[in-house]
Amino acid sequence: MGELLNIFIKSAFIENLALSYFLGMCSFLAVSKTVKTAFGLGLAVIFVLGITMPINWLINSVLLAEDGLFGTDLTFLRFILFIAVIASMVQLVEMVIEKFSPSLYNSLGIFLPLITVNCAILGGSLFMVSKEYNFSESVAFGLGGGFGWFLAIIAIAAIREKIRYSAVPAPLRGLGMAFIITGLMGMAFMGLMGIDPAAVG
Amino acid sequence: MADTATVKEVKKSSLTFGKKEKALITDPLNDTNPITVQVLGICSALAVTTGVKNSLVMAVAVVFVCLFANTITSLLRKRIPKQVRMIVQLVIIATLVTVVELTLKAINFESYRQLSVFIGLIITNCIVMGRLEAFAMGNDPYRSALDGLGNGIGYGLILIAVAIPRELLGKGSLMDFKIIGNTSEFLVNTTEVSWLGWYANNNLMVLVPSAMIVIGILIWIHRAWNPKLVDVS
Repeated sequence: MGELLNIFIKSAFIENLALSYFLGMCSFLAVSKTVKTAFGLGLAVIFVLGITMPINWLINSVLLAEDGLFGTDLTFLRFILFIAVIASMVQLVEMVIEKFSPSLYNSLGIFLPLITVNCAILGGSLFMVSKEYNFSESVAFGLGGGFGWFLAIIAIAAIREKIRYSAVPAPLRGLGMAFIITGLMGMAFMGLMGIDPAAVG
Repeated sequence: MADTATVKEVKKSSLTFGKKEKALITDPLNDTNPITVQVLGICSALAVTTGVKNSLVMAVAVVFVCLFANTITSLLRKRIPKQVRMIVQLVIIATLVTVVELTLKAINFESYRQLSVFIGLIITNCIVMGRLEAFAMGNDPYRSALDGLGNGIGYGLILIAVAIPRELLGKGSLMDFKIIGNTSEFLVNTTEVSWLGWYANNNLMVLVPSAMIVIGILIWIHRAWNPKLVDVS
């Protein structure tokens, strides 16, 4: 159990998908105007990461691995199968949000279907493969990664809401400032890299 | 921005090249630029812009994928059911990316070796799928092709504009050609002093956070020059 908690904390803070690996930047920058929409997108990402990670783990180890169901090495199909799983999950999330919260659906706009191509999701699955996690570890990694991304987008949305009252030069307002803030946050997160949660806890 | 440029379907589908068609190509270079205005395709812009040469190859690849993905999706747009449209779009994109990858492998193996991972990641480059969702699903093939071409070129321009300062300040070179700072030759022969020989490479420029800041400054310059893009909110 402690091992799983370690993976969760590590993937949420130290190897933050958004601020250490800079994955999923498009929606990160475009949807972080207000905390409210950022919250909605963050939850959707946690959900999609948390679901796709175990499914992709099953696909990778049961169908594609050399000692899997087909008995041959099918890893060249990994990209297409992973993307197909992610796309179908996002489509599911889209239908659910459209039904239960039309206002959130409208404010997310094109960035809801774009969770499919949010590199954080596919990147997370590929990290999971390269780190050779087992099933429960992949669940912890998915939830932790999603939680880290969620925290990062909430943080930048809150900073952007506050910075609206500052005297930023007009052409730099909004998007330009968001880029620079993300750069600075990324530099700050570089300081967390290399910390071993097992040694701290 | 969430308000990505969507254009209403034009009723007549003639093949004329008028003002509207010209705008489809020229707007993404400036007013609706994929990176600085629509915020699409940031991840790859961060990853490949450590060098100008890689950025050029990447730009050509994205123009190709954008152009054909838009055209093919637009041809099929009336036959794709809404519930499975993302999977269909991704299959189209993945096929085109595979074509690009194999072509690059055949004609320029050296760049292929350096770029192979990032070429694969064009699949998850939001600009391709973003334009499919926003434009090609509701417009005729000819105009979608022009839109894809324009957005690909607009993306490529920014990629190169980000790569130039990063490579120059981070590695002291452009297109792998040493410009400022000393070469490794200097260690052997100290009389060989190159231009601005005192310059030490700033490794921070090669790291990803600096790319964010370079893009932020580019957006600043772009909006100062084109004030109608300034965010009033």
